[in-house]
Amino acid sequence: MRYLTDRKRAEGKGAAHAGTHHHWSMQMSSVALAFMVPTWIFIFGHALGQSHDAVLATFSRPFPAILTALVLVVAMRHFAMGATMMIEDYARGSARKLGVIFATSLATVIAATGLFALIKIAL
Amino acid sequence: MAEAKRGAEAKRGDRPLSPHILIYRFPVTAVASILTRITGNGLIVGVILAVWWLLAAAISPEAFARANGLATSWFGDLVFTLSAWAVWYHYLSGLRHLYMDAGHGLDIVTAERLSWGCIAGSVVLTLVTILIV
Repeated sequence: MRYLTDRKRAEGKGAAHAGTHHHWSMQMSSVALAFMVPTWIFIFGHALGQSHDAVLATFSRPFPAILTALVLVVAMRHFAMGATMMIEDYARGSARKLGVIFATSLATVIAATGLFALIKIAL
Repeated sequence: MAEAKRGAEAKRGDRPLSPHILIYRFPVTAVASILTRITGNGLIVGVILAVWWLLAAAISPEAFARANGLATSWFGDLVFTLSAWAVWYHYLSGLRHLYMDAGHGLDIVTAERLSWGCIAGSVVLTLVTILIV
């Protein structure tokens, strides 16, 4: 008979050694996006296909600009973490590391580019 | 001896077989699961096009004309229509995951209904989006 609890025996045995924080971050960002995305689709869908001046006017207003910035930052973080999860499922070794670095970098570059565009339009 | 051998064979025959991938019919829950991953990761294509379009709008009228030309062409329509479906599918499936993570809807009948609900709901919401936007 071993005087160890089941939890104590299981801790540290998982392949990833972590994961609850990743999962909780995904849950938090998904709830945030669930509130923001429907309104954002409406704003973006309306702006798409309009004239240059109309597009600039839309994204100069505080609500569309701030909402777009928030969606970009939260969605790109959500994407980076989700893509990391997918890469960790399918790739091993150096391919896994390079894949995670690429996905995270891509998400960061997209977020930075979008924020630059928004600031340039709004100011 | 012969009995023991037959016993061993029967045991081997009782073991679950791994699915033969060419004739295996995916349960709807498996389809719903993999679609969540495909739509979530595929959305990056729509995001890249949208952010490029926004950057072009910020830079100059000429850059905007070029980006807007592509974004409103048949290619842009295709990307954004698929993205609209992907975002709604991922949205509904995300809600389904939050519901399941809270410990609900895990029996087979409910799980299959939720999967069909995500698939049907995403198509309906995409059509609504196209009509409104």
